[in-house]
This record gives sequence, C-alpha cells and structure tokens, in this order.
Amino acid sequence: MNELAITVIGRDRPGIVADVAEVLARLGANLTDSTMTRLRGHFAMTLICTGPAAAEVEAALAPLAAEGQLLATVREVTPDGQVPPAGEPYVMAVHGSDRMGIVAAMTRVLVDAGGNVTDLSTRLAGSLYVVLAEVELPAGVAGTLVDRLDRTAAELGVEVTLRPADPDLL
Amino acid sequence: MTGEQSGAYVGLGGWTPESLPVEGELRAVVSAPNPVLSRAGGVVDPTSEETVRLAADLVATMRVSPGCVGLAAPQIGVDAQVFAVDVTGHPKAVTVHGTFVLCNARVVEATRWKPGREGCMSVPDLTGDVKRASRLVVEGDLPGSGTSVRLVTDGFEARALQHEIDHCAGLLFLDRVAGAHAVYQRKVYL
Repeated sequence: MNELAITVIGRDRPGIVADVAEVLARLGANLTDSTMTRLRGHFAMTLICTGPAAAEVEAALAPLAAEGQLLATVREVTPDGQVPPAGEPYVMAVHGSDRMGIVAAMTRVLVDAGGNVTDLSTRLAGSLYVVLAEVELPAGVAGTLVDRLDRTAAELGVEVTLRPADPDLL
Repeated sequence: MTGEQSGAYVGLGGWTPESLPVEGELRAVVSAPNPVLSRAGGVVDPTSEETVRLAADLVATMRVSPGCVGLAAPQIGVDAQVFAVDVTGHPKAVTVHGTFVLCNARVVEATRWKPGREGCMSVPDLTGDVKRASRLVVEGDLPGSGTSVRLVTDGFEARALQHEIDHCAGLLFLDRVAGAHAVYQRKVYL
C-alpha cells in the first residue's frame, strides 16, 4: 500500500479541511497522522495518507488548487522509517523579543546534546516571539543542557525553560 | 492519611483488598477503540457476590500490570462503576490511601485544577495533556460491606481517582485533552 506525504496550504477560509478530507475519502486515501493549523492567516495541513497512487491524489486535489487559493503537494514516502531510540521527553519554551536566528540557535543546542525535536511551533505576536518544542533527550543530559540553553538564550536576549514532560501513567 | 469523616460517610476505615472473601483472577485489559471503554458503567450493588469478585479481579490485575496505579471495570471489559486505585510509592503522590476499590464513586468537590500529561493502559500508544483537580473529595461505596465512604485527597491520587471515575462514565483522557496539539505519541513503555 502506498504511503503518501501531502501538504496543503492556502489562505484560511471555513471548509478547507472538509474539502481536502472529502477528496481523500472519495479516493479511498486513509488519513493517518496529520497536523493542521492556522499560521498567520494561512491554513497549513501536513498529512500522511495510505492508499492510492500519488498522481491520483494530486489530480484529485488539482481542482481545489486551480482556484489559486490552495497549494497542494503529494509525494510517496517510505512507510515506517527508522525511528531513533526513545529518549526522555521534555518541553522547551522560549520567549522574548523577535530577532533572526532564535529557532536555529536554540535547536542547535538541543541537537548538540543528542536531543531530537519531535514537535515544534512558533508564534510571533507583535514583537513577542514564542517557541515551544517537544524534545527527546538522552538520559541524564537535561541538567547540563539547561546551562547551555541559558547561555544561548542570554546571547539572544530571550528567556528559556526546559521542563520534563513525562506522562503519569494511570 | 485517611479520608475525613463527614455526615453518613466515613474514610476507608482500615479496608484492604485482603478483606475481600475471594481470590482475584487476572483479567485481560482492553484497549481503545473497544466500545466498552466508551459506555457509561452501570451502578452496582457493592455487596453483591459479582461486585466483590470484580473488585478482587481489578486489584489482582492492577497489581501485576507494570506501573499501573489504577484500573476501572470497563478496562477489563465490564461496564460497571467499580475501580481500584493504589498510588503507594509514586513520587508525585502526597496523600496516599493505599490500595482500595470504590463502587459508584462520584466527585463531590474538585478544586485547584492543574494541567498534567497522562497515559492510560487502555490507550497504550498515546499520552495527552489534561487538567485535573489537585484537591478532591470523592464519595463511593466499599465492595463487600457496602459502606459509604468519603475520601479527601490531593495531587497524584486525586488525578488517578478522576481518571478512573471518568472510565466508569465511559470517558477516556482523550475526551478531556487540552486542545488539538495536546495528544502525543507515547515513546516510553514500562
């Protein structure tokens, strides 16, 4: 069965999700993991689907894109890629005055400590810039990583916190 | 610490699962999307033989499940308002009532709501951010004697009780997650 990575982005309007999901359902494309969110007035969808061939999905989404309001891409991906070993889950929160390079610098510190970012979102509200990242860290590195994050954040003039996000199993 | 006495309700009064007259059997734990997890459990007679056996089975199954601090009847396929809890030794627990089983439990006071990330044996691949009261008063009936009890608790035990009472109402933590980006792939298994 084909596994497809699909992105759809366009000016936000009511009905984008329903329109795209209907096209996929009609083709028998099974929507598995996805994230869909509004980014500064644009609606962005990133989806993994299983089912039909990429060309078939692309052709079916073309009428939506033809109005010039949506940009859709479809490509076949390899199912179940290599998953890195699980680490300890943490959330990194960064906020401060917007400037170039905050995400680049802070995520580089995470990577250099062996961390793996699994989810990240940013928001710019006026001059306030906010980064929230889910990150898996190798056991025992969080303590020293906090110092490195603090140093980098100070250079950037932003605040950073790193907190455990381990779930309570009930 | 035991629950405070109030009106007709008393704390656990030294109740332990060992007071149940039957040996619990290990039961298979069901996973979502099994429909039993989404059905509200029925009110039970806490003194009936059936409820006593169910209580013993819940305790036995909870005890052999790694990291398990609570188990509700729907999780073993029974749509009844019965659950077992034991947060003894958990690092986040403050007030601890030991191992106990409650029937027909309901929340009567819930305050100091706090967010936290939860996982569930019946949703093994996902976790989610859920707000729960960190100060809680719960009333329910003890299996066997049928004594009505009122438990006053907090912190992790309060979270566990709310999670189990939700199970008895046919609700999963997924029904209470904080938002569209508050469900996560679970990465660490016990």
